[in-house]
Order: sequence, then structure tokens, then C-alpha cells
Amino acid sequence: MLLREIWYLIQKDFRLEWRQRAALSGMLLYVGSTIFVCYLSFALRGGELPVPAWNALFWIILLFTAVNAVAKGFLQESRGRLLYYYTLVQPQAVILAKIAYNALLLLGLALAGFGLYAVVLGNPVQDMPLFLANVLLGAVGFASTLTLVSGIAAKATNSSTLMAVLGFPLMIPMLLLLIKVSKNALDGLEFEASRSALLTLVALNLIVSAVSYLLFPFLWRS
Amino acid sequence: MKNWWKALTVGLLLYTAVAGLLVPVPQLAILNETIRNLYFHVPMWFGMTFILIASVAYSVRYLRQPTPALDIQAHEAARIGILMGCVGLATGSIWAKYTWGTWWTNDPKLNGAAIAMLIYGAYLVLRSSFTDEQQRARVSAIYNIFAFATAMPLFYILPRLTDSLHPGAGGNPAFAKYDLDDNMRLVFYPAVIGWTLLAFWLAQVASRIALLKQKVYEKQFA
Repeated sequence: MLLREIWYLIQKDFRLEWRQRAALSGMLLYVGSTIFVCYLSFALRGGELPVPAWNALFWIILLFTAVNAVAKGFLQESRGRLLYYYTLVQPQAVILAKIAYNALLLLGLALAGFGLYAVVLGNPVQDMPLFLANVLLGAVGFASTLTLVSGIAAKATNSSTLMAVLGFPLMIPMLLLLIKVSKNALDGLEFEASRSALLTLVALNLIVSAVSYLLFPFLWRS
Repeated sequence: MKNWWKALTVGLLLYTAVAGLLVPVPQLAILNETIRNLYFHVPMWFGMTFILIASVAYSVRYLRQPTPALDIQAHEAARIGILMGCVGLATGSIWAKYTWGTWWTNDPKLNGAAIAMLIYGAYLVLRSSFTDEQQRARVSAIYNIFAFATAMPLFYILPRLTDSLHPGAGGNPAFAKYDLDDNMRLVFYPAVIGWTLLAFWLAQVASRIALLKQKVYEKQFA
């Protein structure tokens, strides 16, 4: 029941996204132009980026992309349409479907961004499977944290500022773990070195999703 | 006697101030007499943790049964938590200046404390961006629970995973291991209880004032 509702809602979100391609191409252009601006700024000093800076820059670009991409999740939906959903499906289905949709969207954006980033700024990654797994965990984590935050921000008056103010501090612990694992993947360290951080990330994703699942029914009523 | 715990608070804090400054302490290199700051700096974090847990408990109770009093109590508890955190940062910063040589270093515990302040600052900003009181109460309660559940556990896990200048982390032995002798315990534990009780007392007084203000405000329109 719940699973079928989630499935329909995810399909609906993708169909909506595909029909109004302006938003999707806007996000892709956002990632692309940010990466290009970074590339041009660093091209001034020879273009070679030290590995820690490459890593930090990559995750900061992803962070800002995520905030912008997820923010429109709830802000875009009109009040009337949201009310309509609530007469049809359970609130838990709405939040889980949004998290899943945002995770897939962010994964797509992150992979596209990584491709462009590697082309212009070089690809120093030594352990590709670990790096990609880390990007996947990052997309899921950003999506699960930011989806409820965007729901909260959508209720307030100055939503776009609030989205960043509420979201950034909550994401710092996750971001620190992601950057650490990503650094290990860049340096090609053995898997044991990143195991505890990866497990903490998985646990963190589960906690955040569970808390969103519990809290969202209270949020949509207001 | 109803207010026995307030008398206990006054007694414990007087004892902390007098005994904390007079009772002999172990003479350690670098730390010297600054070790007495243990009675003032560390209890702040205990007080902050407990008062923030209380704030989350009020928020949970608000979501189960919405009353204005619970919302005010959650808000005031969070504000007292911020106050304790700021005093904790200030005492820690002074201590760091005389032992580590700088006001601020890149230490996981310092960063965690700063992020916690950012999160609760965001909570205050969120509260101020609503006009409708019921919606403000509900949405900020949701954010309070979400922020606590997602970010706070990590402040107690992350510093233990990485290196820290603080005792008890990154291979540094904890204070309890060798230099927290029995004399210091006799002051330290009462200090923790005293400062924690003070936090609750402050929160109680602050919520009473806020409730009275609200009553006066409502009287004007009656």
C-alpha cells in the first residue's frame, strides 16, 4: 500500500520534471557553470589543483547544487496541489517519495557534475568504486536531510534564505564524513581506513530518514 | 519545601566557587592552576546538553498535545542552551589561550560546539520568520527535534573518531585517567550538578516571564 503510493509519487515527480524541462536543464546548467567558474578561477595559477583542494571544491559545489535542487521540491508545489495529495495518499508516502526522488535527482546531478569536473580539472581519483559509493551515500544523505528542511522552509515567509540557514549546519557532520572518505578514495587508501566513516554515514542516513518519516505527518497538517 | 532544588543550586554553586578556587589541585605542566577552569568550563557543556534535551522533550510533548506553554518552554530552554554554549565557548577559549596558545584551533570539539550554536541560531531565525503563532510553534518544534536527532549525536561521536587536543580523545588520556584526583572529584561532580540545575532554573524563570508577557498582551485585546 505504502510502497505502491511511493512508487506512484516518484513516477509523478519524474513525469513532472520531464514535462517542464526548464527546471532540470536549469539545474544542469547551474552545476556546469559553477564548475566552469571554478575551473577558470584556478586556471589563473596554471590550472593544476592540489588534491585536498580538488576534493573540498567538489563537495562544496555538490552542497550548493543540492541545496538549490532540493529547495524547489516543496517550494514549487502549490498549496492546492499539496492539499490534493493529502486527500489521496498517506503523508509518510509523500516524504519517502520526495526523499527517493531527490536522491535520484542529486545522484544524476552529482555524476554529471563529476564528469565535467574531471574533464576540466583533472581526475586524481585512485579508488573509483569507493569514490562512486561515497557519492551515492552523499546524494542519499543530502536528499534525506534537505527534503524535510525544504518542507519546513516552505512554511515560512523568507524560504530561500531559511533553506540555507537551516540546512547547512545540519549537513556539516555529514559533509565532514563524506570529505574524509572521499580523501581516502583519492589517495587510494585500503578500504579498512574508511570503513568506520562509511558505516557512520549509512547509520546517519537511516536516522535522518526515520526522523523525517516520523515528523512529516505533523508538518503537512499545518 | 517546594523550592529545595533552588536552595541546592545556590549551595552547590557557592561551594563550587569557593572550593573550586581554594582546594588544592594537582600541579601539572602547562595546565598549572588553570586546571581549576575544569569546574566552570566542562559543566557548561553538561548543562547545555541537559537543557537542550529538555527543550526537545518539550517539543515532542508539544507535537503530541499542542499548548502555548509547552512551546514557550521549548523556546526558552533552547535559548538558555545557547547561553550555556556561549559561556562554554568563552571559558574554553580563555583556557585554550593559556594552555594551547591560541584562542581558537581547528579541533573537532570546538567545531562541533560552533555548529551546535549555528543550529540553534537557525532555530531562533526560523521562529522569527512566522507570523502565525500556532504554525510557528509547530514548525519550530519539528525543526528542534529534527536538528537534535540528526546533528547532536554526532557531536559526541565525531570527536572520538578523530584527533583532538581535548583529553579523552584521539589517544589522549581522559582527565579521569590520572589527573582528576579525589580532591577534584569532590568539587567537579557538585559543580556539574549545580550548573545544570542553574540552567533549568534560568529556563524556568525565562518561560514564566514569557508566559506572563503573553498574558498581558492578550489582556490588552480583551
